[in-house]
Amino acid sequence: MSLIHKTAAELGALIASGETSAVEVAQAHLDRIAAVEPQVNAFLHVDAETTLAQARRVDERRAAGEELGPLAGVPIAHKDVFTTTDMPTTAGSKILEGWRPPYDATVTRRLREAGLVILGKTNLDEFAMGSSTENSAYGVTRNPWDLSRIPGGSSGGSSAAVAAYEAPLSTGTDTGGSIRQPAAVTGIVGMKPTYGGSSRYGLIAFASSLDTPGPFARTVLDAALLHEAFSGHDALDSTSIDAAVPRVAEAAREGDVAGLRIGVVKEFGGDGYQPGVLARFRETVELLESLGAKVVEVSCPSFTTALPAYYLIAPSECSSNLARFDAMRYGLRVGDDGTRSAEEVMALTRAQGFGPEVKRRIILGTYALSSGYYDAYYGQAQKVRTLIARDFEAAFHQVDVLISPTTPTTAFPIGERADDPMAMYLADLCTIPTNLAGNAAISVPCGLADEDGLPVGLQIMAPVLGDDRCYRVGAAVERALTDRWGGGLLAKAPAL
Amino acid sequence: MSAITRDEVAHLARLSRLALSDEELDHFAAQLDVIIGAVARVAEVAADDIPPSSHALPLTNVYRPDEVRPGLTPEAALSGAPAVEENRFRVPRILGEEA
Repeated sequence: MSLIHKTAAELGALIASGETSAVEVAQAHLDRIAAVEPQVNAFLHVDAETTLAQARRVDERRAAGEELGPLAGVPIAHKDVFTTTDMPTTAGSKILEGWRPPYDATVTRRLREAGLVILGKTNLDEFAMGSSTENSAYGVTRNPWDLSRIPGGSSGGSSAAVAAYEAPLSTGTDTGGSIRQPAAVTGIVGMKPTYGGSSRYGLIAFASSLDTPGPFARTVLDAALLHEAFSGHDALDSTSIDAAVPRVAEAAREGDVAGLRIGVVKEFGGDGYQPGVLARFRETVELLESLGAKVVEVSCPSFTTALPAYYLIAPSECSSNLARFDAMRYGLRVGDDGTRSAEEVMALTRAQGFGPEVKRRIILGTYALSSGYYDAYYGQAQKVRTLIARDFEAAFHQVDVLISPTTPTTAFPIGERADDPMAMYLADLCTIPTNLAGNAAISVPCGLADEDGLPVGLQIMAPVLGDDRCYRVGAAVERALTDRWGGGLLAKAPAL
Repeated sequence: MSAITRDEVAHLARLSRLALSDEELDHFAAQLDVIIGAVARVAEVAADDIPPSSHALPLTNVYRPDEVRPGLTPEAALSGAPAVEENRFRVPRILGEEA
């Protein structure tokens, strides 16, 4: 089997034993990137020299006898919303074109310390706002399963890179589903850790009370290894949880669900859900029962108002966060010809630097926070947020995890929802409650929809700091389905 | 009745420092009308006595020791600036001037 088809765990072991080198592995992935990028367009920035220099450094550290972690020398694709001192950081926006940050994000720094080799920066919806990666200022990324379809979003470059074997691992951020939805529609694993479990320092902010960095991988164990590599308390993030990282790799290795209580969320299913998605979901429920789990239906009535609450809270936070793009200290500046005031330059720069979805959300958030509307919109949405957290709390008294389809449909065609914001927002229907409550959730592949032959994701939701349960159940499903299929789901994808 | 008018969108754009074109205003006003109509559903939830949550974690006031630590050098802080003068950010006129 070629190097690019191996898992991150396998590559880490092969490099550690000296059977291959970090440089050799990096080169294999750079070759793959060169071959398929014209079709996929997952990356905004690839720099072979910087990548190979990182790989050489890992090989040198190993040769010098340094103790390195399980992912040392393994390549990774990094979402272009994390700051990197050695690569441009754009957040998919024209307003940051060519920007070189003066410091590394904590996630970036921890990847480097763990010896991961950063291949480049991946495409995303501008400032992580979107579900298709069509909102990037730098062109669309295509789904490796069907190049006419979206790879999900906002972390669509990261999901496509892993699904196209351009990288065994990638990073993402999940504010309303931006890791889980892209993972679901590209047939890979994507995890949103507990809020505060992974650091936001150096992550370009969209909605600070929701943004959560997390891993993408082709296997549940690989995702867990990456999760452990960059998670944990960070004094530079004041919302970071000062507690031990849940033992996710151990849970992924065990993958035992016998006796586990699993709740099916009653509110997620029915109208608006694709039949093939619901069929695969029902089969997975039966599979979990056959593995010894006790499955019951659980009602979480407030989840039905999570989407409207989210589209008040997230834009409100975005309108405030994106005020920092003022054309004064970094990024684009337009119209500074000596005749215009700072305010005029600011308004011109923001009008030219931001794309339509970002503008819509800034205006919506400004509206929701305006005096006269604040109580009815932002204030009321915050109350709904409390009710959603209470629904989770009540549910987790009855069951250990909750499950649902990750998304109502499979990957939709590029362009189909591009100018219909409400249709686009529905892609995050099942993922949003977890962001509002701050708990953990993962998406793992559970088959292909009959109608279109495209991947379907199973979402597994666990309590705050119960991240290990997501991996335990995800690994059980993965193992059983891999046995049934005689390989992983991606083996069924058409060759690029 | 529409949830939001074109004039309101123009006002919000000014507050948000976005110099939108007429076409953009037309387009966004129609889209925001639909979006606001949909998100207004939160009002249907009976939540009068429910406390609001601004955050998912019960964290308040995280402090660190008050110690001097190195920060960015002036050179690093200015490295991404659109315009620099005398080791400072150069910005357009901020205060109104009498003509």
